[in-house]
Amino acid sequence: MSQYNVIGTRAPRVDAPDKATGRAVFVDDMKMPGMLFGALLQSPYAHARIRGIDVSAAKRLPGVKAVVTAKEAGLVRFGVSPARYDETLFCSDKVRHVGDNVAAVAAVDLETAMEAVSLIKVDYEELPAVFTIEEALADGAPLVHEEYPRNICAEVHQEFGDVEAAFKECDLIKTSSLTSKLQNCAFLEPQACIAFYDHWGSLTLYTSTQTPHYVQRTVAMVLGLPVGKVRVVKPYTGGGFGAKASASHLELAACLLSMKAGKPVKMRFDREQVFWHGRSRHQFFHTMTTGVKKDGTILALKNECYLNGGAYCSFGIATVYYAGSLLGGPYKLPNMKYDGYRLYTNLPASGAQRGHGGVIARSCWEQQLDMIAEELGMDPIELRLKNVMTAGDVTCNDLNMSSLGMKEAIEVVRDASDWNNKKGKLPKGKGIGMACGFFVSGAGYPIYRSDTYHCTVVVKLAEDGGTAVVYTASAEIGQGSDTTFAMIAAEALGVPLEMVRVESGDTDFGVDLGAYSSRQTLMTGQATKEAAEDAKRQVLEVLSKELNIPVEDMDIKNGLVVFKNTKPDFTALRTRYQKEHRGWIDNPGAEEELSFREASRIAYLARGTIVGTGKYRPPELGGKFKGAAVGTSPAYGCSAQVAEVSVDEGTGKITVEKMVDAHDCGRAINRTSVEGQMQGSISMALGEALFEEVKFDDKGRILNADLAEYKIPTILDMPKVDARIVESNEPNGPFGAKEVGEGNIVPTIAAILNAVYDAIGVRIHELPLTPERVYLALQEYKNKSKTKS
Amino acid sequence: MKKIIRLTVNNEEHQLAVEPNQTLLDMLRDQLGLTGAKKGCEMGECGACTVIMDGITVNSCLVLAMQANGKRITTIEGLETEQGLHPIQKAFIEKGAIQCGFCTSGMILSAKVLLDKNPKPTEEEIRSALSGNLCRCTGYQKIVEAVQSVSEDDVGPARQES
Repeated sequence: MSQYNVIGTRAPRVDAPDKATGRAVFVDDMKMPGMLFGALLQSPYAHARIRGIDVSAAKRLPGVKAVVTAKEAGLVRFGVSPARYDETLFCSDKVRHVGDNVAAVAAVDLETAMEAVSLIKVDYEELPAVFTIEEALADGAPLVHEEYPRNICAEVHQEFGDVEAAFKECDLIKTSSLTSKLQNCAFLEPQACIAFYDHWGSLTLYTSTQTPHYVQRTVAMVLGLPVGKVRVVKPYTGGGFGAKASASHLELAACLLSMKAGKPVKMRFDREQVFWHGRSRHQFFHTMTTGVKKDGTILALKNECYLNGGAYCSFGIATVYYAGSLLGGPYKLPNMKYDGYRLYTNLPASGAQRGHGGVIARSCWEQQLDMIAEELGMDPIELRLKNVMTAGDVTCNDLNMSSLGMKEAIEVVRDASDWNNKKGKLPKGKGIGMACGFFVSGAGYPIYRSDTYHCTVVVKLAEDGGTAVVYTASAEIGQGSDTTFAMIAAEALGVPLEMVRVESGDTDFGVDLGAYSSRQTLMTGQATKEAAEDAKRQVLEVLSKELNIPVEDMDIKNGLVVFKNTKPDFTALRTRYQKEHRGWIDNPGAEEELSFREASRIAYLARGTIVGTGKYRPPELGGKFKGAAVGTSPAYGCSAQVAEVSVDEGTGKITVEKMVDAHDCGRAINRTSVEGQMQGSISMALGEALFEEVKFDDKGRILNADLAEYKIPTILDMPKVDARIVESNEPNGPFGAKEVGEGNIVPTIAAILNAVYDAIGVRIHELPLTPERVYLALQEYKNKSKTKS
Repeated sequence: MKKIIRLTVNNEEHQLAVEPNQTLLDMLRDQLGLTGAKKGCEMGECGACTVIMDGITVNSCLVLAMQANGKRITTIEGLETEQGLHPIQKAFIEKGAIQCGFCTSGMILSAKVLLDKNPKPTEEEIRSALSGNLCRCTGYQKIVEAVQSVSEDDVGPARQES
């Protein structure tokens, strides 16, 4: 039925056999001859002036090979957005959060390095600190960065249309809020790296990262090396989810230590340091006001948001913009006003996490839409269908929905969940709720301002003819991108998947901005497709000359050359191939079709190595207003979800019993991988909805920097997820494909919030929905009802 | 002060000199090069370092190497035989139960201990047996499906030949 041979199948992942047998090599599994071990000295104080650092005792310890502080590292400022380069490798004047980086040591083993770290004497003068939004904004509050008055790291003020005028036209105006807590990406593999600076002045960094390209640039910039002398290689990486999407102090320190010691240096975070490094989801405080007509037509949204950013900006500028811009769809919304503020505090820096900036905003709004539906006496699904956008619609903030299966997704979950028979009809303590969301398929612009291609890909045909190798600097971090690109290359080249090999995650292979903003399937996929088509064209050009048949009368499919008109006599070519392979037992038989293997060998003999190249850069996207770039993308994925929950009113414990999920990923490249992304993102959102929270004491120290007390869902917490793929054909995607990795996390929390309300009749406006919070909300509700009656 | 221990790892006998504070995990990874067991937390919380010791799963980060003296250890590297991959490994590959792969070794070993004792577990029994192994990527569903698909086959040593 399908027009494709590889695309749309359930091919097993190319990396699965190595991962199932323990053979897959992660950074921490690697060793190099003469390798040293590094350790970081991190601040015990949330805010303190550094009056002096004495490293003499550390240097004297036998086995220590290098000790570095800001003195050796220099003070080149770096970060994520060039507009807020607010970090240095090591602190020089003061530390800004517990865990801030002060010094590093390389030694013959980890124990010696850690002992040396303990011998470094830092003279701190403790300073008053700010931990909350209120403290940060208070008059006379201590400043985290002197150059940012009132601790405002970034603020956004946008208005599309005229919200106040639109409110005057509305029949119902509703205001509500939602507060979340600081999250941790909590990938299973803590960050680790090995840096090796050689005598030729070249630095190679093996590291667990989502973004080899950005790490390469940051390392070069901070350490003063030419970009071409820095090679970043990502071995298998154990998840990222956002926190591994920028260069870390761990990576920079390992590089500097290797430059000083002249040996390879290995460093890794322990689990506690993963939490200190942070760079995961911010804490958000959203307040929203929505105005609608009596028939449910949404006219206007006013959105105000405060983000607790921690000590550094990290991805924060993008985050504060996304918290507004990602409400432009998937409903028709003519008027939208947004005021966002990201505050510096003396906590670990927050950054990007799956569904970057859009998750809590969406959760707040989708809960509010349910409240509105109830007041209008409308079914929540009816309200959403009334306002839903369709392909071709453009949001008020200039995001173009070039394909959008939002309506289809809503209908799929409505029917699959048996919504009409369940909504409002379940027994007390049980509830059903739904929500929608959408997300970018790759940020429209790089993090640094540039006309760079977002990715380049090379497809090289083995000189023997039998294998195609895809070289890409993209990052396989567990999501399955290597398999995706192998499938795209196989389809575009016209060969079976087994004939393709992917080499990825190495900056020597080209430019690729990496695994963030759900960009690789669409962007790297386009470049892969172009490179494979280029290689195929070159093979067909040689065949055309040899057989005197126009290129357009031939194709390659399933590893065989297809002649669209009459089949020519290719005996001479086959004889040439066979003469080169005397004694080989797998030569093609006389009656067989001309194979790709023969054709590409003949092409090599005529032209030398056949190399196809591809590249991708989105067209100019978005509006002209300030911040218009954030939210732009060549395409948007979207999803609708229905949650069924039960609430124990005696304890407040919520159990999510079932999730029905429909996601429009364009054309699914690998159906199993798409479902895996859907199920996995729901588990992360379920954790955020029900229990995840990084907790601090009054000195800014984390109380639960471990996986026992920072609770992520176990296999016992996860309900069955009925994952339904909705396929649209995205005109800007390779074979019509777009994102699934992040868009699918966006509706989950709101679907659960709405289901909880359906179960117990109480709206909760603070996450996570711990038993305590739910129980207290229930008690408050009961007390209120009593006083009313 | 190092001491000599004797143990069997993946059906091979070893004599190793280990430090008193050395964990079984470090011994397997550093001395035997068996890096399939991963370091996710070093506190017995995540299950990425799971190995089988005398028929039961342990977090090898919480076991001292010396405590493994005289024991039989199976790691993920010991599951593949001359007949090929273990059926659980095959099922994880085919059902899409693997994403980043960091939890995979532990998951497969926990599933093996379950199926060795209980060849036809219920879904609840599968979830209970794997509840000490955290996964942040998959949402666990395809892992459950993979284990179910093995238990649905006729389980037993003979199944590898067919």
